Amino acid sequence: MEWHEVFKGVAEADVPKEVIAEEERERAGLFRRLRKNLGKARHAVRDQLKSALYVGVDRRLYEKVEETLIFADVGVDGTVKIVEELERRCTAKKIEAREPFLEELADVVAGTLRPDDPERQRIDVSADPTVILVVGVNGTGKTTTIGKIAYRLHQLGKTPLMVAADTFRAAAVEQLSEWADRAGCEIVKQDAGSDPAAVVYDGVAAAQSRGADVVIVDTAGRLHTQVNLMRELEKVRRVIEKQLPGAPHETLLVLDATTGQNGLRQAQEFKQAVDVTGVVLTKLDGTAKGGIVVAIHETLGIPIKLVGVGEQLEDLRPFEPDAFARAIFGGDEDGD
Amino acid sequence: MFDALSDRLQNAFQNLKGHGKLTAEDIDAAMREIRLALLEADVNFKVVRDFVAHVKERALGVEVMESLTPAQQVIKIVNEELTALMGSADSKLAFSGHAPTIVLMAGLQGSGKTTACAKLAKYLKKDGKRPVLIAADVYRPAAIDQLQTLGKTVGVPVYAPGADVDPVDIARDGVEFARANGDVAIIDTAGRLHIDDELMDELARIRSEVKPHNILLVVDAMTGQDAVNAAEEFRQRVDLDGVVLTKLDGDARGGAALSVRAVTGRPIKFASNGEKLDDFDTFHPGRMASRILGMGDVLSLIEKAEDSLDAQKAAEMEAKLRRAEFTFEDFLEQLKQVRKMGSLSSILSMLPGVPGMKELKNVQVDDRQLDRIEAMIFSMTARERRNPELIDGSRKQRIARGSGTTVQDVNLLLKQYREMQKMLKMFSSGKTKGLRLPGMGG
Repeated sequence: MEWHEVFKGVAEADVPKEVIAEEERERAGLFRRLRKNLGKARHAVRDQLKSALYVGVDRRLYEKVEETLIFADVGVDGTVKIVEELERRCTAKKIEAREPFLEELADVVAGTLRPDDPERQRIDVSADPTVILVVGVNGTGKTTTIGKIAYRLHQLGKTPLMVAADTFRAAAVEQLSEWADRAGCEIVKQDAGSDPAAVVYDGVAAAQSRGADVVIVDTAGRLHTQVNLMRELEKVRRVIEKQLPGAPHETLLVLDATTGQNGLRQAQEFKQAVDVTGVVLTKLDGTAKGGIVVAIHETLGIPIKLVGVGEQLEDLRPFEPDAFARAIFGGDEDGD
Repeated sequence: MFDALSDRLQNAFQNLKGHGKLTAEDIDAAMREIRLALLEADVNFKVVRDFVAHVKERALGVEVMESLTPAQQVIKIVNEELTALMGSADSKLAFSGHAPTIVLMAGLQGSGKTTACAKLAKYLKKDGKRPVLIAADVYRPAAIDQLQTLGKTVGVPVYAPGADVDPVDIARDGVEFARANGDVAIIDTAGRLHIDDELMDELARIRSEVKPHNILLVVDAMTGQDAVNAAEEFRQRVDLDGVVLTKLDGDARGGAALSVRAVTGRPIKFASNGEKLDDFDTFHPGRMASRILGMGDVLSLIEKAEDSLDAQKAAEMEAKLRRAEFTFEDFLEQLKQVRKMGSLSSILSMLPGVPGMKELKNVQVDDRQLDRIEAMIFSMTARERRNPELIDGSRKQRIARGSGTTVQDVNLLLKQYREMQKMLKMFSSGKTKGLRLPGMGG
């Protein structure tokens, strides 16, 4: 999927040819970088699976698959479900050889991550202005992700506006300001310690006066167990709703790929508080696989929309279920 | 989620209370549930496998306590083993004789290093130290600003030459700055992936340049299976002295803590559990163990069972003490209690604030000595056990022969018994602060 497909409300005709060409170059460059980093980690699992497959499809192979899924943070329940489905399919289709087995496995996993309606994977920026609320626990990469999203939208001809509603974290406003500079967009901010809801109100109002068509709101990282902070977040959302009917149009939960089973709890609580419409899975350039998104999508129906693969502006990709599934078992987007 | 697990376990063995010794079947059944619990707690798959194997060995043949089911008995052992694994004598910072003591903080992006640096500074400041913060993260936008702001809040100097300086130089010059302005140097570094060769090299160079006394890996408590990968790589590339576990105020079970400890062998030194700069403390293995196991209500059941056993026996003991009737039979009973509960020093180390009882902290229960004592008491007749004053020369010889010891050993035992009686009389008369030693009234 390309960017102008991920974002709904960006006419393909509007996307400059140079940008599309650049996207292709970026993809190639990105994979070279990822491949270099993941070299060791990537081959180990696939080699293990391949050699386990040498004797056909047997109990040992299934155990290896289970182990890989657990290591990917898919969780016990998720793993059991996937393996059961895999067994069902292999029996039904009489699969006994290596390649078809791996194909089927990748498809089962990808299937858990594909929404029934492909439209649900898109980010709708057709409203003018569109408001995107970004939430999550501490340290997941919200601010960096906002920088990346703003950059993309700017490339695609949009005029993003950042809102620095993290008024708690030391130097959070400075951090987002730096990203605004890099992404080439404006930012609305107030003094540290101000009421986040007030900053957001200003931000949405400013969008209209400054001609911005996408407003991206940064919020402070907060553990979902902090009741008062979750209430504060609910208030921020209500302010946006009241100010602009239909807003926020997108509420993105930023989730660190290294997160274990607690990721599901996070998604549950944030969904309850502010109705999360999509997940951004960050830090996938590491060795963690982020398998908890399987449970998040299967249990809560929240689609995964974007993945973060580094700390630079360009290090953001649309989420692709097949590529993600293959990556768990050590493959990459080229189906290697 | 946690309730379902304990329910399952309790239902499985509903009618088999106090069922003699643990059999292989008892253990297997319980370990299946425990394996699940540990995986759900994010303990690394391989660590779970090793741990379960180890506990199975330890649990076989252990006697099931009264009022506990076999499954609960297994959980009790698991909890003990988890606590032992997580605990360490080495949970403090190493301080150098030549100031400044250097602390290097490292870890993945977003783990909470910068905040941990500030919290550690505050913690040390409260302890009378003079920490200095060093801003060696030149990559993350506004990371230096963040540390400077935090430094101001805590009230400690921050060395921050800016983002255009090489981090190795910042570290070295920062230590010099700390030498002149304090006695502890805390170096904040950029978050880095363990597979990023360039940045891991940089960290190794910082390390060889300043030779820190403490290299701490900051680990997010909600980290999943991947925790061991990063931890092991950091350990290999730059070595580690300990771990700081962060964001413990969330509801992540925290299995990463066990994984990292098991795989790197390094102790968890600090726990960060809140957003205030005060929310930082030394690590408590017992609490972490029960959190990871997630079987809160089963564990309190076990505690109650232990308490009631202790209470019952303590009440009996108290009555005997008052009548000064403490005999060798009672002594034997006490020995058994102590052995069942595990090493005395490890129990004591879990008691909060044991002031003035430092000697007790170092008590090691020597199993061979206990064996000899037990043997001697078994060689006594019932009358001798109840009335040790009866034991004269020829009886001593008989006891010595029967237990494979010498008359001197028997004399020593009798002497210890008399001393013990004196001490117990002191306890019961309230002459010392009652300490709740297992099985003894306090």
